Formats: sequence, C-alpha cells, structure tokens
Amino acid sequence: MKKLLVGVFLVSFLAACASKKPIEPEIEQAPAPVAEAPAPAPAPAPAPVVEVDPLNDPNSLLAKRSLYYPFDVSVVQDSDKLIVQAHAKYLSEHPNRTVRLEGNCDERGSNEYNLGLGQRRADGVRQLLLLGGVKASQIETVSYGEESPMDSGHNESAWAQNRRTDIKY
Amino acid sequence: MLLRLLRNLVGALFLLHASMASAELSIEIIGAGENQIPVVIAPFSGDEKLAISIHEVIVNDLLRSGLFRMIDAEGESFNETSEVVFSDWLMSGAEALVIGSVATEESGRIVAKFRLLDVLKQTELIGQAISASAGQVRAVGHRIADLIYEVLTGDKGVFSTRIAYVNRNGRHYRLVVADSDGYNEQTVLSQNKTIMSPAWSPDGSHLAYVSFENDHAEVFVQSLYTNQRKLLAGFSGSNSAPAWAPDGKQLAIVLTRQGGSQIYLIRPDGSDLHRITFGGNIDTEPNFSPDGKHLLFVSDRGGSPQIYRMLAKGGPVQRVTFGEGSKFSPRHSQDGKNFVFNNLVKGKFYIAIQDFKTGQVEILTEGGWEKKPSFAPNGKLIMFASEARERGILATVSSDGRVKQRMFTQSGDAREPVWGPWP
Repeated sequence: MKKLLVGVFLVSFLAACASKKPIEPEIEQAPAPVAEAPAPAPAPAPAPVVEVDPLNDPNSLLAKRSLYYPFDVSVVQDSDKLIVQAHAKYLSEHPNRTVRLEGNCDERGSNEYNLGLGQRRADGVRQLLLLGGVKASQIETVSYGEESPMDSGHNESAWAQNRRTDIKY
Repeated sequence: MLLRLLRNLVGALFLLHASMASAELSIEIIGAGENQIPVVIAPFSGDEKLAISIHEVIVNDLLRSGLFRMIDAEGESFNETSEVVFSDWLMSGAEALVIGSVATEESGRIVAKFRLLDVLKQTELIGQAISASAGQVRAVGHRIADLIYEVLTGDKGVFSTRIAYVNRNGRHYRLVVADSDGYNEQTVLSQNKTIMSPAWSPDGSHLAYVSFENDHAEVFVQSLYTNQRKLLAGFSGSNSAPAWAPDGKQLAIVLTRQGGSQIYLIRPDGSDLHRITFGGNIDTEPNFSPDGKHLLFVSDRGGSPQIYRMLAKGGPVQRVTFGEGSKFSPRHSQDGKNFVFNNLVKGKFYIAIQDFKTGQVEILTEGGWEKKPSFAPNGKLIMFASEARERGILATVSSDGRVKQRMFTQSGDAREPVWGPWP
C-alpha cells in the first residue's frame, strides 16, 4: 500500500513538473524510499526502532513543498496553511535544520515588479513560520520573480504552476 | 516605366544584399513617417575596398528612422568633389543628395569625406571629413547618418548611440552592449544565472545591473572601459531595479531587507544608503526626471500596480496613472514633458506614453508581448522587448507610433533593452 502511494505521489509530482523545459529537477523533493523494517528476528529480542525523519515521509504534509497563489496575490492561501504549519512544527522541533523559501511569479508584470511580488510571497511564508516558532536564523528567503518558471508556456495552466513559493530544505 | 522597373529591381537586390550581409541580425521596418524626405545617398567612391559598406550603414540607419525615402543613385558613384548637375537629380524627385568618398590611410585609419546637398535650393548644406581608427567603419557611417539626420530633420540623430540588453539562451544569460542598430555587440557579463535590469550611467561609462550569481538578486556596477565590477547592494532578500540620477552621483535601488520592496538612494561607491519610500508594499522601478528632482516608480499601494511620482529626496507621493490595467516600467522623456510606460490590459502588454501636463495617454503599439520601454536620447524613438516567431526580440517604435522596427538577434531571446546616453 505504501509503495502504491509512493508511486501515485511520484506520478503526480512528475505531472506537476511536466514542463517543456525541465529546470533543476528537485531531487530532494521526490520522496526517498522509506527504510524497511528488518525481518523479525527468530529470537524474541525486540525489533530495533528505525527512526524515520518525517521530512522523508511521502504521506506527511511535509512532503508538500510548493504553495500556489492566484494572480498578483502574495498571501498564503487558506488551503495551504496546514502545509506551512506542518513545516513550522518540523523546523521548530529541528532547530538545526534550515530552509530556503523561493518565491516565483507568472510572467504577467514587469520583471522588477515580479521580483518584488515573489519576494513578498516568500516573506509571507517566512512570517507564518516565525509565528509557528521557527527561528529567523533557520529561514532564508529569495525571489526569482518570473525568471525561473516551472512551465514556460504562455497560458493560465502554466502561469498557475509558476505562481509559487517553494520550500527547500 | 522601364526606369521604374529597373529601380525596383535594384531596390530588391539591395534589400537582399542587406539581409545577406547581416547573418547575426535581421531588421524589419514597418510603417513610415508622415512626411518622408526623399534622398539620394550615392555610393561613396572607395566603398568597395572596405570590409563593411559605409553606404549600407548610412542608408540602413536613415531607413530605420522611417523619416526618409531612398531614391536610388542608379549605380552612379561620386566623390565629394564630383560636379553635381542638380537638374538631373531634381527629375528623380530627390530633395537631398549625399556624395562622398572613403579611404583607408596607411596607418589603418578610415577617412570619409562627404557633402550633403539641397537639390531644390541647389546649395551645400554641410561638407565634412570624418575619421576613425581601423575597423570603425560602422562608427564613421553612423556619424555621417547622424549629421544627415540632424541637418534634414532638425533633431539630433541617435545612430551613434549604444544600447544594452540581456541575451538569454536556455539558462545562459549574457549582458550585451551593442550599437543602436544591434550590430557590433560586446559581451559585458556571461553566466548561467539570471541577469536583469541593466542601467546606463549618464556618461555611458558604467552599467548597473541585477545579477543572481550569488543565488539571489544583487546590484552590481561595472565599468565598460576596464570591466571592473563592484557589488553595490547585496543585502538579504532582493536587491534590484538600479536607476542612475542624471548627475551620476547617486543611484536609486530597491531593497527588500526591511520588508516589502522599498526604494533607497545610494552613492555609486556604496556609501550614504538611505531609504526614501515607506510602507509594506511593492515600490519598484524608480526612474529619475531629467533634472534629477523627481522619481517615477511603480507601486501597488493602491491595490493594483500603478505609476507614482515623488521628490527624489523623499516626501509625499502622487499617483499619475489611472484607467484600465496594470502599469509598469515608467521612464521620463529627455525633455521631462512625458513618460513612457508599460500597460498590461486583459493579458496584453502595450507600450504607452503619457503627457505629464494633460494626463493624456497614447498607446503606441498593437499590444502583445511588449515590455521595458526606454527612450532614445533624442526622444524620437522608444526601444522595448517584444516577441516574434516565439523568440524574444528588440523592437523600436517612433514616439508618434508611426514607424516600428523589429530586430532579430543571433540566437536566444533578447530582453531588458535599455537605450544608452549620447556618446
């Protein structure tokens, strides 16, 4: 069942990335295979507990690393707030982990305006993480404006993919 | 009739030749000025000995302005001392005639001598000798075209000016400086990270620009003479949108380090940084008025991106654009009477010009993918980034909207063009 889910997730992930011009495949975003528990030993000794980093759990909200926005909007959408909260919880419980928030925009606007808009998207996520108890030193924000589209098409479905903040560990 | 046919044929051959000679670049001209001046540019004697035809450079410059109609010299070649029978030229309909010669001196210097004659008044308008170091045939041609343009139209020509733009090929970016016709390009910076927003210093010696070489937007200033570069602003977040004050002693830049995109002033050596806009909004794309007293900039403080104006030293802010759509990328004209900007309406970008006094807006283009307008230093032409045949190209439109041209550069997308100052 878990394998099936991984497969489904991969497919949807690949579909989301299906762009004419693949840029920097986000390897780390693809869920890593979950360590399999060793076969039970014949001796009645207790099975060793394998610690799984929830960051690598494809079923966790933490597996969602992209937040999407309507046109010219930079506030995190209600539907994405749980994702941000999950990352806030994880980061506050793992103070040694750092995260880079990358704001992106669709191409409708000037390059410079979009640079500002992408920055505001990333900074908006940062604000929510800070409210969730994450230390400022754990967070870096950057904007790529319209310069790093996920989908280089000139239509609404491409633009919807490109209005995005990526959470990168 | 036969003569006209012959002329058309010669004209067609000339066009073909022009496009063949420019493998790295092709230029299309659409439209014409209201009153085109009919001129003859006779082939210069000695032109055939040059690697680049100076005649072609002059003719193409004048044609691109849209203000001239070329009448063919019908194969006749003259030099500046040739005797001119004005009555012959009067028949051809020409109002002005240019004759001249070009030679390469032993030192390699190129010397062109020419006379511009008024066919109607049968007088000489100007006669000059222009020289330049070896290999500078284009520069000499542009200079001659500038003089012809100035005498015949009353405005200074911009053929000797330069432009800067960004060439993008996949993920590879090049910051390029070229002649205003796109030829003679030089790479200023080449990298696999985004480059954007080049801005000329008022004396043309430096470019400020935004580079992502350190994985976020930072502002650099680079000398075009020594190529020495300096990080001007590399604070956390985004550093962008450099604009020079007309005296070259300050730049306006946009920083996000204190929340929102806010406008700051800074000296070119990085000192005296201070903030002049306040608020958590996006304030960006500052542009100084020619007297240095005011700034135009884009802000979303009213909900949608619009253009605002304020004193460059800071102070109250006044909205200057209204009406449909979002507005971006304002730039003052050289006389300070109007500004050009980008209007995004229903998914289409238009280049528009607005008069400060009357508030009247004129749309100059059909709309489509048209971004980042900037005036030529004589205010008569506006260059912008456009798209054709699925490529980013450079385009110009005359400030009355009548003449348009498209420049297809070698490969990749041309974007973020900005017209340089007088040489």
